[in-house]
Amino acid sequence: MALLTVKNLKLGYEGKTVAEGLNFTVNSGDYLCIVGVNGSGKTTLMKTILHLNPPISGKIETGEGLKSSEIGYLPQQTEIQRDFPASVWEIVLSGNLGHGGLRPFYTKEEKAAAKRNIEKMGITDLTKRCYRELSGGQQQRVLLARALCATSKMLLLDEPVSGLDPTVTAEMYDLIYGLNKEGITVIMISHDIKAALKYATHILQIGKDNFFGTKEEYLKSGAAEQFNEKGEESV
Amino acid sequence: MSEILSQLAHYFEYPFVRYAMIVGVLIALCSSLLGVTLVLKRFSFIGDGLSHVAFGALAVASAVGLTNEMIIVLPVTVISAVLLLRTGKNTKIKGDAAIAMISVGALALGYLVMNVFSTSSNVSGDVCSTLFGSTSILTLSRAEVLLCAVLSAVVILIFILFYNKIFAVTFDESFARATGVKAGVYNLLIAVITAVIIVLAMKLVGSLLISALVIFPALSAMRLFKSFKPVVIFSAAISVFCAAAGILISILAGTPVGSTVVAADIAAFGICWTLGAVRGR
Ligand SMILES: Nc1ncnc2c1ncn2[C@@H]1O[C@H](COP(=O)(O)OP(=O)(O)OP(=O)(O)O)[C@@H](O)[C@H]1O
Ligand SMILES: [Mg+2]
Repeated sequence: MALLTVKNLKLGYEGKTVAEGLNFTVNSGDYLCIVGVNGSGKTTLMKTILHLNPPISGKIETGEGLKSSEIGYLPQQTEIQRDFPASVWEIVLSGNLGHGGLRPFYTKEEKAAAKRNIEKMGITDLTKRCYRELSGGQQQRVLLARALCATSKMLLLDEPVSGLDPTVTAEMYDLIYGLNKEGITVIMISHDIKAALKYATHILQIGKDNFFGTKEEYLKSGAAEQFNEKGEESV
Repeated sequence: MSEILSQLAHYFEYPFVRYAMIVGVLIALCSSLLGVTLVLKRFSFIGDGLSHVAFGALAVASAVGLTNEMIIVLPVTVISAVLLLRTGKNTKIKGDAAIAMISVGALALGYLVMNVFSTSSNVSGDVCSTLFGSTSILTLSRAEVLLCAVLSAVVILIFILFYNKIFAVTFDESFARATGVKAGVYNLLIAVITAVIIVLAMKLVGSLLISALVIFPALSAMRLFKSFKPVVIFSAAISVFCAAAGILISILAGTPVGSTVVAADIAAFGICWTLGAVRGR
């Protein structure tokens, strides 16, 4: 049984189809990259996996004891309130809430986990800082630390490097790759096909013709060139 | 100075002054606690809309001749809060329109009912005091003070117990939902508490001025602080201070309680805004 199995999934909003015929599986330790042009439904797919958006038809199954609340999520940057008064510590700590049930306060272990994840992201010196005053790359690290508090199994990352400069982008990719090597399954949306091909084990392409397979199969299939012609996103 | 103090001491011998002070401070505390969340969730107008609904309900209650209006006002406002939150969730523009519709509608119908059915000889005076709370806080009975204290205590307790969840749902609802936090339930909780606070606050400042009590302390605090907890704590402190100061001033100077409290809040906001601007540049 795979960690995540998607069968004949049709996505959309209020009956309007955005993407259909999606079939793929994600096994423990995989690094899946989702590619596709703007508006092809990548974010919608993530939201559907996270049960934020109901599927029109088809099935999403989790296996190996993965609960849907054990998936860490890094939203696309546009969705976060930028003027919110919150410290890095408050935000990272809030990643723990999903497994606390009705318990009103954070436990020692949860605080320790938050601290550990902040260290792992290399932002310990920012702990007390205000989130909205951080740079884009720093903010992404904060949100990644929060996602890590929510999961030790699977991360869903929606364009984690958009708006970051090349150096910070490379650092971010290294961080994510490191997490994957530690055993966390990664599903990442990216417009950066080169990075996708460098790090991912599997590729899912959404669009006119969907593709799912290993990186090697993807290269052989020629789907990548199609994507380049249509979207020119990879530059 | 000592003259003013002795005058105040004299006033505080009257139970209605003490009641006003207790209730005023409690209401200010509650409304500011939730104010931060409402402002950040872009729900400021829900507070405004609900206060008008509460006004309408109050008008109906007094027309029917109920001695304890809370029996009608509280449930009606809570139900409206839940409904408004429903409509406002997905479709933003429709939600805005719904709030405007309900709030203006309730205001008009409330005034109509008051005018047609009122047995009082001074209708416009009644209307004025429900809208601006001119005297009602000084006419509180012991039972009302008790009810107000209990409800405030419940609101504060709920806020403390669910503080972390309220933060998460306010900062990033999608993430909270995705990781298994029942965001819908907490939104509902926020709406219900808001309704309760508004019904309470109507006593202090009247229904037209409630939003001021909700918004100003939160905005003041956000000018000066950058993390959630300090913002909440400071906004509570400043709100309590302004309510106390406003009530004292209104007693000494004979000004209407509600608008004096709001004026104090505005002054505090002005000071915080200036401090923030000075520090920021
Ligand atoms: N809340 C919504 N309600 C209705 N339609 C939506 C909603 N959000 C997105 N859509 C539509 O669904 C389609 C897919 O959007 P989605 O955000 O999933 O694209 P994407 O692949 O993530 O694009 P991008 O690369 O720009 O992030 C778009 O046509 C968009 O207009
Ligand atoms: Mg997207």
